[in-house]
Amino acid sequence: MKSIRDGFGEALVELGEKNKNIIVLTADLADSTRVKDFADKFPDRFYQVGVAEQGLVTIAAGIAEAGKIPFTTSYAVFSPGRTWEQIKVTAALNNVPVKIVGAHAGFGASMYGATHESLEDIALMRVMPNMVIVSPCDYEEAKKATIAVANNGKPSYLRLARQNSPVLTKPRDDFEIGKANVLYEGKDPQVAIIGCGPILAEALSAAEYLKNIGIETMVINNHTIKPIDDIAITNAARICGAIVTVEEHQIAGGLGSAVAEVLSQSYPVPIEFVGVRDSFGESAKTYDELWKKFGLKKENIIEAVKKVIVRKNS
Amino acid sequence: MTKLSLNELQETAKRVRRDIIGLIYKAGSGHPGGSLSSTEILVALYFEIIGPDDHFFLSNGHVCPALYSVMAEKGLIDKKLLSTYTELGSILQGHPERTRLKEIENTSGPLGLGLAQAAGYAAIKRDSYIYCETSDAEHDEGNHWEAVMFAAKYNLKNLIQIIDRNRIQIEGTVEEIMPLGNLIGRYKSFNWNVQEIDGHNFNEIFEAVEKAKKETENPTVIVANTVFGKDISFMEGNPDWHARAPNEEEYKKAMEELK
Repeated sequence: MKSIRDGFGEALVELGEKNKNIIVLTADLADSTRVKDFADKFPDRFYQVGVAEQGLVTIAAGIAEAGKIPFTTSYAVFSPGRTWEQIKVTAALNNVPVKIVGAHAGFGASMYGATHESLEDIALMRVMPNMVIVSPCDYEEAKKATIAVANNGKPSYLRLARQNSPVLTKPRDDFEIGKANVLYEGKDPQVAIIGCGPILAEALSAAEYLKNIGIETMVINNHTIKPIDDIAITNAARICGAIVTVEEHQIAGGLGSAVAEVLSQSYPVPIEFVGVRDSFGESAKTYDELWKKFGLKKENIIEAVKKVIVRKNS
Repeated sequence: MTKLSLNELQETAKRVRRDIIGLIYKAGSGHPGGSLSSTEILVALYFEIIGPDDHFFLSNGHVCPALYSVMAEKGLIDKKLLSTYTELGSILQGHPERTRLKEIENTSGPLGLGLAQAAGYAAIKRDSYIYCETSDAEHDEGNHWEAVMFAAKYNLKNLIQIIDRNRIQIEGTVEEIMPLGNLIGRYKSFNWNVQEIDGHNFNEIFEAVEKAKKETENPTVIVANTVFGKDISFMEGNPDWHARAPNEEEYKKAMEELK
């Protein structure tokens, strides 16, 4: 078990050593967004802007215009939550490579309640032209995603979870922005489970359970939500004929919506969505209690798979 | 010493004002009040102040009729383009866009964002002077003050902000809509160097900028007192002309006054 945010923080230090153009800014959250090591090591390339997320993004836009690669760090609820219009005008429309890092995305800040739980950020960034969205599923992938996003030359949103989570990928595994990876593929799978973020661990547990009761599936790690890998998604629909999407986000406007937009045009098949259904979060001691309450667990995925198979065969 | 004589600068400003009214009239939309109050500031910047290593950020992008007219006068864009302002496919958008108009540094219009971009730029390009024009009304925006604090904290002595202090915003006077309090005192309290000038007086603009360039520690703000709708009698000080194009009669009258 390791955290996605730690993967981000470590990759940032690595990047900082290799590339002097990497600049990091934070809005009073250096420690919890894991950029403190970078700040200590490269104080001349670190800016503490105060609790000022709008300033965070717009100052970074100026830094990007000056030829640098600024990573802005805050919680996802604040940025891109509060900073949507600043991102639109100064990063996306301006088309400069500002990196929006939204930490504690999903239910990770469970103890702080609904105000601090970001379940809308993918939707906010999905509607933004020029924006790239990457949601790594584990510590290893967070490292690769951080490096890939630093080098892509585009305004980008990197979605980070807070909690320690299973490491599902290996250092050697390929990672390319816009290319989904298959995490598991059973023999003649009947359903493709497509997800992003640490919740993919639940998808893999569900797949294992289903295999044991004779239902083969495949699990796709769709780490890049924009640009979406429409080829991989369409292929999965062709192979399986049914899809379940899984995300720690509102169903409206999230990964599931993106998958549905692709398949409704390329290869329509039944889809079931596992995600948050038009409600805010709330406080709990752990994110896991909220995953249970809001229907994001292995059991919910299993149920969705069974349901989509019935629809496919009817 | 300036490159142009005072008389030449004043004549340039007059031609710019005629272009502003002309392009807004032709387009049937635009922001004449702030464009006319910003004219000398932008002429001074583009014709005399901005050096080859310097950069300029326009924050109150709605005054782009003035920006475009000054750029055309300076030869940075083709003067013929002015008549395409707001037309489909034109590089001269209703609010300026950096990806279409390559000669500018930033996309702007939504208020309160320009100083932050200028400050970010100034933090990286410490050996250049970074100029930023803002409006007084955009001092209502919280984002602007976030940048004010940032610039002071990081000692951006190379950042020179010029406020077009025309005291008018969309729905009335700045004082009515949202009083700014002691604007000069507010900047001083954040350790900015503050100067106050007549924003239509070229010599005062140049002197203020020269003084700002000699600052050794902190950013400078030049509060340039201006007249909204300057030089067109029926526009001066009248908020109705924030975002309104003249009709034919008004256009003729305005051009008569700008002869």
